[in-house]
Amino acid sequence: MRVYVCVKQVPDTSGKVAVNEDGTLNRASMLTIINPDDLSAMEAALELKDAARCQVTAVTMGPPPAKKMLQELIAMGADDAVLISGREFGGSDTYATSQIIAGALQHLGVGAEDVIFCGRQAIDGDTAQVGPQIAEKLDLPQVTYAGKIEKDGSVLRVRRLMEDGYMTVEVKTPCLVTCVKELNEPRYMTIKGIIECYDKPIVVLDYEALKEEPLIDPATIGLKGSPTNIFRSFTPPQKGAGQMLGGSSQEAVNELVGQLVAKHVV
Amino acid sequence: MILSEAHELMRKNFRSFAETEFTTEIQEQLDREGGFNWDIWSKMARYGFTGCKLPVEYGGQGGDTLAYVLMNEEFSRICPVLAIYANTPNSLGGGPLLACGTPPQLEKYITPVAKGEKQIVFALTEPGAGSDAGSLTTRAVADGDYFILNGRKCFISGAPIADYAVVYARTNPDLKGSRGISMFIVDMKLPGVSCGKPESKMGISGYPTSDIVFENVRVHKGDLLGPLDKGYSVAMKTLDGGRLGVAAQSLGLAQGCLDEAVKYAKGRKQFGKPIANHQGVSFMIADMATEIAAARELIYSTAVAKDAGDKNASTMCAMSKYYASEMANRVAGKAVQIHGGYGFIKDYKVERLYRDARIMTLYEGTSQVQQIVISRSLLK
Repeated sequence: MRVYVCVKQVPDTSGKVAVNEDGTLNRASMLTIINPDDLSAMEAALELKDAARCQVTAVTMGPPPAKKMLQELIAMGADDAVLISGREFGGSDTYATSQIIAGALQHLGVGAEDVIFCGRQAIDGDTAQVGPQIAEKLDLPQVTYAGKIEKDGSVLRVRRLMEDGYMTVEVKTPCLVTCVKELNEPRYMTIKGIIECYDKPIVVLDYEALKEEPLIDPATIGLKGSPTNIFRSFTPPQKGAGQMLGGSSQEAVNELVGQLVAKHVV
Repeated sequence: MILSEAHELMRKNFRSFAETEFTTEIQEQLDREGGFNWDIWSKMARYGFTGCKLPVEYGGQGGDTLAYVLMNEEFSRICPVLAIYANTPNSLGGGPLLACGTPPQLEKYITPVAKGEKQIVFALTEPGAGSDAGSLTTRAVADGDYFILNGRKCFISGAPIADYAVVYARTNPDLKGSRGISMFIVDMKLPGVSCGKPESKMGISGYPTSDIVFENVRVHKGDLLGPLDKGYSVAMKTLDGGRLGVAAQSLGLAQGCLDEAVKYAKGRKQFGKPIANHQGVSFMIADMATEIAAARELIYSTAVAKDAGDKNASTMCAMSKYYASEMANRVAGKAVQIHGGYGFIKDYKVERLYRDARIMTLYEGTSQVQQIVISRSLLK
């Protein structure tokens, strides 16, 4: 059994956001972190590995520096990693990205007992589309918003975290599951994991390696193959610091009304 | 020093762990109530921090001295007490065993210590033998397959929670001074072993310290550590490594003070502008940052020298501890000064760091002992 975990390097939201002229994010100039939902997906995979031996493979698409993120995931406990990287893949929207990742997963092989974990959504795009699109393109069943995952043979029992309650579903492998942050607390790296992560294999798949895959069609990958066009990107103006009003509810309301009156809002 | 990718990643991991797990609530509770936080200990053990530089074959992580230094620094930056938790098994506790333990002893004692399943402490100091450790009076007398231990150790960090103690005792009273001293691994549950009341301390309250009393304790000869009558030199060698750990704790503590001082100086306004814009305050911050940077370079290069077997490493460890601990006290003092009256109030972290800093020039050899070690290496 092999568990693929699709991960993304995203801008560190505590730093500044830079935008290219074409409206895409200037990722090279920003500090990056591992997308938080993807870390939960990795933790879910590692818990499966702890319970029943399986191979955990981290998969990402990105520029060569994304290798560092993959090394961190190996230091957490992943067995190996795959970096999908090539100029032809640059500027991809969610449709093209899922096309490429699905092509890469096909290239790597998804077996009868294999599972693909993704984070629910990335904190930069917030679309929650790539995971489900990968499942569609690989013709695999998908379960989104996983808040709890149990494995019983070739069946996964997944509790979905919905806005208004829970939904528990069972799904047979191979399948794709998108995970929410509430699923678990991702583990830290171990010191030994860090020492060893530089010796573990990271496979780099470029366009040449993937071009024979049916899903890898120049018309459906990269900026040119992306049906989404960014109209405009901008950094929203910073809001001022808020003010907390203390005291009892009545006192807080009185203070609030007083301030709104003073500012001629009411 | 430019760190390798692996060491940078270690730093990031230690920092992330400390910033997330060492909550202000835990820090303040430990300072207020003392005791020991077993939850944090378990988490440290889970990620291998309790076995940071212990060998992989005995359950450790196989990290080098620089990894150990980075762990101490980053943990201490958030909370010096919690740095001590991870430090003890890797230095004073595990050190003597690593120096001269037999494979069965290492398997029996280091493996559970590295995994965080057991606690081991270092018991050298006595009421009448502090800096002059060679004048200790605890006695061990051979009796068949056993040694009978009698005596009292004091200021033993971690004693109330320890499973084992590495105890130094005089085995040959005919030999004077540091000669005739042997090391024993003592199970703290053996009949005749008892601990005094935990000391009420100025700082690092969340790591309990007490006396250990030995009354006719029968220690099996299999728990004699290293050669008979020659334990003192191992104690001194262990203290070399321990000193570098304290230096790194001092460095982290000082960085924590600087972080707090910068944050406060930018936010606090007096005379119509942030106090950071007053030269008297900004120059203090410049001094603090410069001293911290100097200590960091000294400590990191000492860590590398130690692993490379540099003949000056022992002196460099003493220099690191001497400089960094004194520096941490200067920096903590300035951090309180920048906070003004608020720095004297317990609601502000620098008040606690100022008290925690005070131990750094005292334990594992006072600054004056470090000066002796440094000067002797030059004047011998």
